[in-house]
Amino acid sequence: MTQTIIVVGAGHAGGQAVATLRQKGFDGRIIMIGDEPYVPYERPPLSKAVLAGELEVERTFLKKDTWYPDKQIDFRANTQVTAIDRRAKTVTTSHGENLAYDKLLLATGTRVRKLQAPGAHLENIFYLRAIDDTLAIRKQMKPGAKVVIVGGGYIGLEVAAVAVKMGCDVTVLEGLDRVMSRVVAPEVSAFYDKVHTDAGVKIRTGMAVTGFEGHGKVERVTCADDSFFPADLVVIGVGVLPNVELAADGDLAVDNGIVVDEYCQTSDENVWAAGDCTNHPNALLGRRLRLESVQNAVDQAKTAANAMCGELKEYAEIPWFWSDQYDLKLQIVGLSEPGDEVVIRGNPAERKFSAIYLRHGKFVAINAINMIKDFMAAKKMIAAGTQLDPVRAADPEVPLKDL
Amino acid sequence: MAKILITNRDGEQSEIEGEIGISVMENLRDNDYELEAICGGQCSCATCHIYIDDAWLSKVGARNDEENELLEELDCVQPGSRLSCQIEFSEDLDGLTLTIAPDE
Repeated sequence: MTQTIIVVGAGHAGGQAVATLRQKGFDGRIIMIGDEPYVPYERPPLSKAVLAGELEVERTFLKKDTWYPDKQIDFRANTQVTAIDRRAKTVTTSHGENLAYDKLLLATGTRVRKLQAPGAHLENIFYLRAIDDTLAIRKQMKPGAKVVIVGGGYIGLEVAAVAVKMGCDVTVLEGLDRVMSRVVAPEVSAFYDKVHTDAGVKIRTGMAVTGFEGHGKVERVTCADDSFFPADLVVIGVGVLPNVELAADGDLAVDNGIVVDEYCQTSDENVWAAGDCTNHPNALLGRRLRLESVQNAVDQAKTAANAMCGELKEYAEIPWFWSDQYDLKLQIVGLSEPGDEVVIRGNPAERKFSAIYLRHGKFVAINAINMIKDFMAAKKMIAAGTQLDPVRAADPEVPLKDL
Repeated sequence: MAKILITNRDGEQSEIEGEIGISVMENLRDNDYELEAICGGQCSCATCHIYIDDAWLSKVGARNDEENELLEELDCVQPGSRLSCQIEFSEDLDGLTLTIAPDE
């Protein structure tokens, strides 16, 4: 009898999962359900090349839209899954259909965290998560436009870099005392602060946004210290939340993410989950975590698809990320923590350096800025649990891989 | 019509009609070759590594600096190594012959 696999979510994980299922020779029925009008696409360019108008939307698609019918993948766009009945093994869609599955993959991803503040409903206040968000923001990003960005993390700063290049008047309001504080060391934050400031972006840290004012459209952003910032448009990037409600309502184990094992299997043997929405174990890191990253989405999707085809390959990868701002290629491997020893290797003034993070002498993470060789070497060294001498590591003349 | 001749990781050979004006990586991905291409063509990850057949090496041009740095750190780098995201497919490359490099 023909098996049916339903994939809920058509983001990077959902798209990779259906591709891997067919590559593995799964010849049953595949239904992929996504709430956007688009086939699965790359999200990272949305705050970079797509926003800048340098990359067409179609070129972000993981596969052309014709690929899905060619591979007999029943892709339902503009559709939400509203409920899972695990006993009946069915899902209900927003169109009122009940679809039966043998195996289910939840690739529900995350959604933006919304600011609950007076005036948050005003026009020209945007969040950036999907293609349509980017297209809407781009329309408003005219030269001279006053752009206020709430949140000095990756999204906020990537948008700032594009906006200032387009001739906008850009202000970034960060609530904490430095930009990118959750992901990089103070030295790296200071570097990015300077780069943006030199480019003409006004960075204001320690700013608690209290609300938005305007007549229909946003006109200014107000802060707790009574300061305010005129705005033609506002882009808010203050983090994301995992989409776990569907899983929780279906009585699957949920704890800051859908709880899965090393094979991406949930607490139900017929249900798997992959990507940003999962709380998963990682043997290399020695703990459970939830990750917002493309690498994690792709690798977990493959792990889940393999497992659904009966091939058990444990998921254990050192996380890695990247962020392009201006001419700076920031590549990150591993997860740093407050308290890690930070070694700066190279010269920030030359826009070419790495921040190396050591925990009890062990190499645990790196931020490589225009230091591609360090990034590549670090991937292997961190996975291997290498001990580093901080003095030698600080010398950029010694190749990292020789340490 | 311009063709690309491909040997996959299992050593199987096949050919595709290449789409002009997009990268070789996008052509491989659209045609379902197992290729990670995680960074999507930003020259940030080296997961779209291929080997260009000797006869085609000069025609595809030279590696750029960033690409070179990424490739040099791979265990399975060879003289014909390229990142497929950094080669735009064109009519001039009709018949391009390549092998998909192992997953590292």
